[in-house]
Amino acid sequence: MVPDDEGGGVMRADLLNDTVDGLDEALAAVDGFDGVLVDGLLRPQPAQAVGLAGLAEAVAGSPLAGRVAEAAEKTAAGAAGEDHFVALAAARTALLGSVHDALVARVGEAVGRPGAEESGTAAAAGADRAVNLHAAARSWLCDLARAGWHGIDHELVAGAAPVVSAMLPEPGLRRLAALLDGFAAELAASCPGATLEDVPVRRWADLWSRAVLLTLPGAASAPAVAGATGRLLPLGVDVQEHATAVQAQVHAVFEPADGGTPRLVRASVSAPKPDTVVGAGLWQLLRPHLSLLAAVSEGRAMDLDAMPVTGEGDLIWDDARARAGEPAEVFATARVALPTAAAFATAPLDRHPARIAVPVLLEGYAVEEDGNGVAFQVAGQRLAVDTDRVPAAGPLTPEVVASSGACVGLLRWDAGEFLLQPLAVERTVRRKTVAVHAGAWAGGTTDKAGVRAEKAATDAVKVLRERAGKLLRK
Amino acid sequence: MGDGALSVREKSSTARVVPPARPRKLAKVPFVELADGRLQGVVSSGSDIGRVYVSSVEAGTYAFACSTNNNRPCGGARGWFCNHIRALVLEAVLQYGVERVTRYLKVEVGGEAPDGDDVTHAMTATRPVNGDGSAAAQVFSRFLRHLAYLEFEPTTAPLPEMQWFPTTRAVA
Repeated sequence: MVPDDEGGGVMRADLLNDTVDGLDEALAAVDGFDGVLVDGLLRPQPAQAVGLAGLAEAVAGSPLAGRVAEAAEKTAAGAAGEDHFVALAAARTALLGSVHDALVARVGEAVGRPGAEESGTAAAAGADRAVNLHAAARSWLCDLARAGWHGIDHELVAGAAPVVSAMLPEPGLRRLAALLDGFAAELAASCPGATLEDVPVRRWADLWSRAVLLTLPGAASAPAVAGATGRLLPLGVDVQEHATAVQAQVHAVFEPADGGTPRLVRASVSAPKPDTVVGAGLWQLLRPHLSLLAAVSEGRAMDLDAMPVTGEGDLIWDDARARAGEPAEVFATARVALPTAAAFATAPLDRHPARIAVPVLLEGYAVEEDGNGVAFQVAGQRLAVDTDRVPAAGPLTPEVVASSGACVGLLRWDAGEFLLQPLAVERTVRRKTVAVHAGAWAGGTTDKAGVRAEKAATDAVKVLRERAGKLLRK
Repeated sequence: MGDGALSVREKSSTARVVPPARPRKLAKVPFVELADGRLQGVVSSGSDIGRVYVSSVEAGTYAFACSTNNNRPCGGARGWFCNHIRALVLEAVLQYGVERVTRYLKVEVGGEAPDGDDVTHAMTATRPVNGDGSAAAQVFSRFLRHLAYLEFEPTTAPLPEMQWFPTTRAVA
């Protein structure tokens, strides 16, 4: 049982700082393999063979054992083919999947909510229409693995561009296209690899292995398995962006009209973008395609009618299946509806620590501010707050977070520790409680600074569209 | 938890490697990038709304080129940086920050807080020569590719991969 002596915030923060059994061992095997990619696999050295063997050993008790052992051996001998690289990427992904599961189980104990319900993922849909593009992407990724992060140069990195350009127009290939585009831009900004210091070792190995697996038929397929009819109560907006793509995800509690268990769901909208569209321009790009963003800004619920939902709780949003509902206050939702809401199980390929984003409500904490940023003291335990994840185009700032008394956020995990990403906070201003939301400007704003940001963004896109109109269609 | 031997950046899955571009006005220089070993981009003509200049400066040598999108050489870029190239450098520093621009172009700038003019000065002081301008077509096609990013249909199917690209309040 969970002690209920911290006001509404019943999180067992002590569990978040406790050791998780087996975590260090699994991550050591991952790190061993990731180190192999730093120097590349063109002419493998004995030290790299150790990293490869360690990965194989870590999955020796799994169905992957035989294939990974063979791949590790061939790769160490400098004779790896594409299938071997795929096997290694799969082994690494499986290991991080187990890390994800252990961390999610720990979060479940800490927040004391109903666990994930298995809802079964649907089979991959249809034939693969993009065999050639996938093959081209895989071939580039294998070249990358051979070169290693210290071996990248502009010519090698530029090999991704034609593949990305061919994939972007096809919405079904958007996942791999957005990933490769962001990954290649980072590599390009880090060229030449020979002089690169402080390589983001785990990150690039993550992006590499994920991209390799997404080139396999059906890997990116996440079809809807049901229709959601009922009331959707937003908790907040999470924004993700790289130079040429943006995604906004609304985290919400869904209450089925039939009185079934409330569920934690997400609604997403994403778009490719020019790198000069930033800040408020991101909201402008996404706003017309997700009416939910307006509901978030207005503080409303939405009523859904048979909205398609995937096996892991992603609503495939369709404006025609949603209409604006009653006013709904985020902190009321977090206090009343969130504690009984059950999460969906994560799809097998998405099981990775970076994917963990568990909505939580925290109250009665003390705020710590030092050179490392903001942290909350929750029941004597320190929880770092990742204020950098709060979108710049919004009223929620690190200063506002630091002066708050209650916070709705996403519990995340990175680089060995749990972090809190604030979605909204409550603070007391002249003896009144005021809520400030990270996504307040998502649907538009009358805030003075917000209006200025919107105007600048409108002008930027106008110039680009005008140029595109003159030059693209000639 | 985790391996104590690695730095936070080394063991982070979501470390920000490239900060987002700083917002800037695009009317004068709609496109600027650090690519293909050059600072390159597209600069609007001051007099003709239908004309743009394709300008570039090579990293290391600062060999420069400027011509219209119809491949007519820019009258101002004979022997020294024209105003289009100067505008390009200024906007690049606005968009990417002076550190990234100087690192890419291999420019040494002294002083407390160097700005775009300082970067231009440092390059012109080495008396760079005219490049051959053969890259113009390629730069222009990269500009068109860049513009095409506005034309792709947004989607409401989730992109789980974007979890690796959290937004950041930091700017270039």
